[in-house]
Amino acid sequence: MSAILLEVDHLTKRFGGVTAVNECSFEVQEGSITALIGPNGSGKTTAFNMITGYLKADSGHIRFRGDLIERPRPADLYRRGLSRTFQQARIFPELSVEENLVIAAGYSWRQLFGRRVSRADQDRARQILAEFRLESLLELPAADLSYGQRKLLEFAAVLMSNPKLVLLDEPTAGVNPVMIDTMERHIRERNAAGVTFLIVEHDMQLVMRLCDPVIVLDQGSKIAFGTPLEVQSDPLVLEAYLGG
Amino acid sequence: MKRMITRAGLIRAGVFFALLIIVPILGGPVWLLNLLIFTVMYAALSSSWNLLGGLAGYPSLGHVAFFGIGAYAFALTFSGSVGDGYSPFLVLPVIGIAVGLLSLPIGWVSMRTRADVFAIVTITFLFITQTLAFNLTKITGGAQGASVAAPPFDPATYDWPFYYAMIVLLAIAMGISFYFSRSKIGLSLSTVRADEDKAHGVGVRVTAVKLIAFAVSAGMVAMVGGVWAYYIGFIYPQFAVDPLITIGMVLMAFLGGRGTLWGPVLGSFILVPAQQFFAQSFGASQLYLLAYAAVFLVIMLFLPRGILPSISDRLRRRRAAALGAARDAEAHTADAVTPEEVKA
Ligand SMILES: Nc1ncnc2c1ncn2[C@@H]1O[C@H](COP(=O)(O)OP(=O)(O)OP(=O)(O)O)[C@@H](O)[C@H]1O
Ligand SMILES: [Mg+2]
Repeated sequence: MSAILLEVDHLTKRFGGVTAVNECSFEVQEGSITALIGPNGSGKTTAFNMITGYLKADSGHIRFRGDLIERPRPADLYRRGLSRTFQQARIFPELSVEENLVIAAGYSWRQLFGRRVSRADQDRARQILAEFRLESLLELPAADLSYGQRKLLEFAAVLMSNPKLVLLDEPTAGVNPVMIDTMERHIRERNAAGVTFLIVEHDMQLVMRLCDPVIVLDQGSKIAFGTPLEVQSDPLVLEAYLGG
Repeated sequence: MKRMITRAGLIRAGVFFALLIIVPILGGPVWLLNLLIFTVMYAALSSSWNLLGGLAGYPSLGHVAFFGIGAYAFALTFSGSVGDGYSPFLVLPVIGIAVGLLSLPIGWVSMRTRADVFAIVTITFLFITQTLAFNLTKITGGAQGASVAAPPFDPATYDWPFYYAMIVLLAIAMGISFYFSRSKIGLSLSTVRADEDKAHGVGVRVTAVKLIAFAVSAGMVAMVGGVWAYYIGFIYPQFAVDPLITIGMVLMAFLGGRGTLWGPVLGSFILVPAQQFFAQSFGASQLYLLAYAAVFLVIMLFLPRGILPSISDRLRRRRAAALGAARDAEAHTADAVTPEEVKA
């Protein structure tokens, strides 16, 4: 029933002598919340960077929605429905919260010459802020937000374009426990609404609660794949985490 | 709130341009009009530079090349006759559009680099253009210079048309700057300036807006160069493609506040008169450049983002503090605390 939304095929990236990602292959099923875990430095962020076009892979390729992506480029992928957040939340600090959301919604060529923030833009931004209970922040410069609020804003912003697949790089790192619950709730709600997630996360309890399946990387290679329970008891995984 | 700001802005612009327009009519001294021509010229240049350097965050040091190209384009077109003297002004938009289009490949190549590398690449472009101006003697006359036919203007008001042409160009540059900041072009340019890679990742049409800013900025500067050539009447490569003009536009935008509507104008109205004053006090020697640099350094040390952003920052902080105090007072008197305040 469920189709493959993202297919990663033998992706490899070397930095000098370090092989950050090594012949890595995996799939993300449409409608899933897939986790990508692994010890520090195992290549998770590098894999994200290659998938989203921020880094050129040394070899291997990806398929998204069935199409081979010859030259992944962030803007093209974004328009096709693949978006991401960064490990260190990246927002535009000089812009207001509202503008951060509006710019991420995308625009046509005609709208490029139109109003900075149109009535329709305003409505959409307000709607998503209401969903995130951040209405009071609407007009603030994004620079004034707390770290956790920035992570929420970046997450809310990538949802503005109605993506099919969202890659989240450590959405709860450095965020207070209340905010972690909030983030988890939003991921679940959006997933129920049809958005697929691929999540890098170090909080194992959250991964066990939220994700299925789980992909495990160690030193750039995929060492395990399965349900949270299967992965948890996999000797290779235990060794990677304890040995690392 | 936003509408009020717009009305205040319109009044400010109206008063400013009305004052500029009536100066010659009131009959100020000749030196004043002459000074104003160059001040408004630099305000137009700096405002045009700001479309790229300020709004997009691409600090071009090569813009005087477009100024020079505009100047030569004008001089070559009108070396023989200028008719009644007014019609050549109507050719300026053609020059602006042509140079804007010509600048596209240059922008496309140079904007593959960023920040300091971009500055170096554009400065290289400046020197290439200057070298060409010296060496393409068949076209430019090389070091011999090129002349523009003199217009048959009444000697008593000879400077007026040039002055008003500069004012029109300044108004257009500011109008474009205002339009950019009110449209998605400006919003997109802000994201490019803040974090270009992230901008790509949220689907901003990065290359397109960068090229728009580059071409418009270059075309505007070329039109100013055309008026300058007409006014001066005789142009040489070292003056038409003078690195000091580039430095001027950049410094003025930095001083007043890059990325703002009025910053480049304010910077020009401070620096151009200051420069003239120092040039006269120090006579023919280039020592005045030292004094000029000193003024700039002092202001940048105390107001690193330029005058206008520093002031508006300070105002914003004061207003936020006042607002915070008011909210505290309210929270004390109110029994219930709202959820937002708990979160904050
Ligand atoms: N730009 C780079 N240049 C050189 N080496 C890099 C670069 N980016 C990552 N690396 C190296 O590649 C390896 C994988 O890094 P990566 O950031 O992908 O790991 P990660 O799994 O995301 O780790 P973490 O959990 O700490 O975020 C590490 O050894 C890292 O030092
Ligand atoms: Mg990482």
